[in-house]
Amino acid sequence: MDTATIRSIRELPAEENMLPGTPACAGCGGLLTLRHCLKALGEKIVIVNAAGCFTLLSIYPFTPFKNSWLYTAMACAPAGAQGVRDALDILIKKGKIEPEEDLKVVVLTGDGSAYDMALSSTSGAIYRNLDFYYICYDNEAYGNTGFQHSGATPFASRTATTPPGRTRPVGSQLQKKNLFDIWNSHRPPYLATISPAYPVDLMNKFRKAEQFKGPKLFISHTPCPPGWGFDPSNSVRLAKLSVETGLWPLKESVHGKVEHTFVPKKFKPVEDYLKEQEKFAHLFKPVRQEDTLKSMQEMVNGYWRRYKLLP
Amino acid sequence: MGKEMLTGNGAAAWGVRLAEVDYIPAYPITPQTEIIETIAKWISEGSMDASFVTMDSEHSMVTAAGAASATGVRVFTTTSSQGLLYGFEMLYTVAGWRVPLVMVNVSRGLSSPITLGPDHNDILALRDTGFLQIHCETCQEVLDSILMAYKLAEDERVLLPVMVNMDGFYLSFTRENVEIPDVGTVRSFLSEYQPEHAFFKAGQPMAQGVAVLGGEFYSYFKYQMHLASQNALDVYKEVCGEFEKKFDRKYGTIEEYMLEDAEYVLVMTNSFSTLGKAAVKRAREKGIKAGLLRLRVLRPFPDPDIKNALKGKKAVAVIDQNISVGKGGIIYSEIGGCLFNEKNRPLLLSFIGGLGGKNISQEEFEFIFDKIVSAVDTEIVEPPYLLYTENEWKDMTKLKETAGKE
Repeated sequence: MDTATIRSIRELPAEENMLPGTPACAGCGGLLTLRHCLKALGEKIVIVNAAGCFTLLSIYPFTPFKNSWLYTAMACAPAGAQGVRDALDILIKKGKIEPEEDLKVVVLTGDGSAYDMALSSTSGAIYRNLDFYYICYDNEAYGNTGFQHSGATPFASRTATTPPGRTRPVGSQLQKKNLFDIWNSHRPPYLATISPAYPVDLMNKFRKAEQFKGPKLFISHTPCPPGWGFDPSNSVRLAKLSVETGLWPLKESVHGKVEHTFVPKKFKPVEDYLKEQEKFAHLFKPVRQEDTLKSMQEMVNGYWRRYKLLP
Repeated sequence: MGKEMLTGNGAAAWGVRLAEVDYIPAYPITPQTEIIETIAKWISEGSMDASFVTMDSEHSMVTAAGAASATGVRVFTTTSSQGLLYGFEMLYTVAGWRVPLVMVNVSRGLSSPITLGPDHNDILALRDTGFLQIHCETCQEVLDSILMAYKLAEDERVLLPVMVNMDGFYLSFTRENVEIPDVGTVRSFLSEYQPEHAFFKAGQPMAQGVAVLGGEFYSYFKYQMHLASQNALDVYKEVCGEFEKKFDRKYGTIEEYMLEDAEYVLVMTNSFSTLGKAAVKRAREKGIKAGLLRLRVLRPFPDPDIKNALKGKKAVAVIDQNISVGKGGIIYSEIGGCLFNEKNRPLLLSFIGGLGGKNISQEEFEFIFDKIVSAVDTEIVEPPYLLYTENEWKDMTKLKETAGKE
């Protein structure tokens, strides 16, 4: 992998390691993230996948990837990565494959797996200092099954299992789990949040991660047109808004030390992001839920204040 | 190497060592733990060249085992009871990957109530997964079966994982004299694993475990597994033949004990078969023409061998060390299905015994033979008998009194 830092999207590698024609939804933010990640990782990789939207990328006998693929199950992709990594090491050590035939092992899961079901197997893999990449595409709900509430669902989101109603006008009453901090508590060599709207930031993070042996973990905020309720043409705009409003901080952690990689000069109001999506429409009509909107803005301000980055 | 006193668990570890397994993902559970402890010790002291990793659960353990096998190395792992069920989703999954890994299950009753003693509800829950199953009566058989299991699993006509089963405590912790073959002879029997169908390396990208959409495509892959499992019946016989040539020990899909001229037959599996054989001897002394059929291979189910062995018998008692609650014995149903279309099929009686390691006493075996003989006289077969002795009933009553329930 080329490890030189890039400054503009013109410097993104031209190579495409995922070919078009997948069954993903139009405007899938996760797919855009994955496309950029694969530009960074190259084709000498094996993706170990958990149940989720992207399981449907490889349907017999088709695959959009130039690389290898192993679908495991929902709770255990990091355990699959352990088996593949260990086996590759054994094969190289015993001279059964050449060192050039080695592969990077890349776990690819949605938030339902990463935040909920696979928390234990991921913790195990990070704890064992497994040399692997983890890409979590976080669309903030169980998207593939029709957008049900997950540990990644933000406060006040409508999902299929937290429908706003007379007794629960807010929608989801729980705060989004802080997976970054959970993973970071293991002190992995490299951990970062990424966004499909910031491909230069994404590329540079993968290039920086390359130098580390051990877990290299990435969580991407990924707009989901059918789940969130917006026009597919607005995917990148929404991904950008989530960063510009401060809701999705772009940051990295090297051996546990956290730095923000992008701080908006002027934060846009959270409302600018919320009002673009049907999943938050109940906060504006039939009655504007002023207190809820205020508390959501306050949560974002509180985050940035903690890092003394709020202007 | 010669003979050594080994527990069932120790014999299993020796099988793994002699098969020169590359990779062992592990997770502890009683009564299996001695197997992984023994292997870990050998690796640490350098007498075994393999990679060992303690995983975060049996679910992760089976996944890592399957994934490593799909990458191209020889893999072993082992569990028991609750652990087997915790990894259950992945047992179906890795069997579908067609990876030739070998596992040992050390049988133990399933919760609830949580317990330690053995029965076969754990291993028999696996019967539809695609794993082949070999059930062992002795420690020697455990060691030998692991060697045979790799040869069977890795055969390109099979390519299915194998589960070798032994009873917890009764076999796992019982020491017997075990012949440990020398590694050279084992190598001449079991060659190095060279995967042709499933591997990962740069330059030859491969998608494994992919989704299929459409019942016709799904069915194709499931039928393929079934046909491969059927192939395994013939391949197993070849493997047994070669094993006998190299090691001078003979195994079949079933073991026939005093069966040739027998009229009344017990069907059993695993270590309790030893009790059954003793009971057969005693019955013979009383003039009952008794015999025993021990099922060694349960998947693939050896229908032809069973039909042949039970041809012309008057009555057969299946002693199930398991219970399908609401139905009865699992193996009873399987033997029933196997014999149904036979012209002169024997009467088939069902007994449930040995759950959670409960003993099957001499008086219970006498009861079983009484029932078989009288069923032949009356041609009446009762529903499954739930074996329980009077003393056991008294002990249970005492516990209930202590609990304030009587």
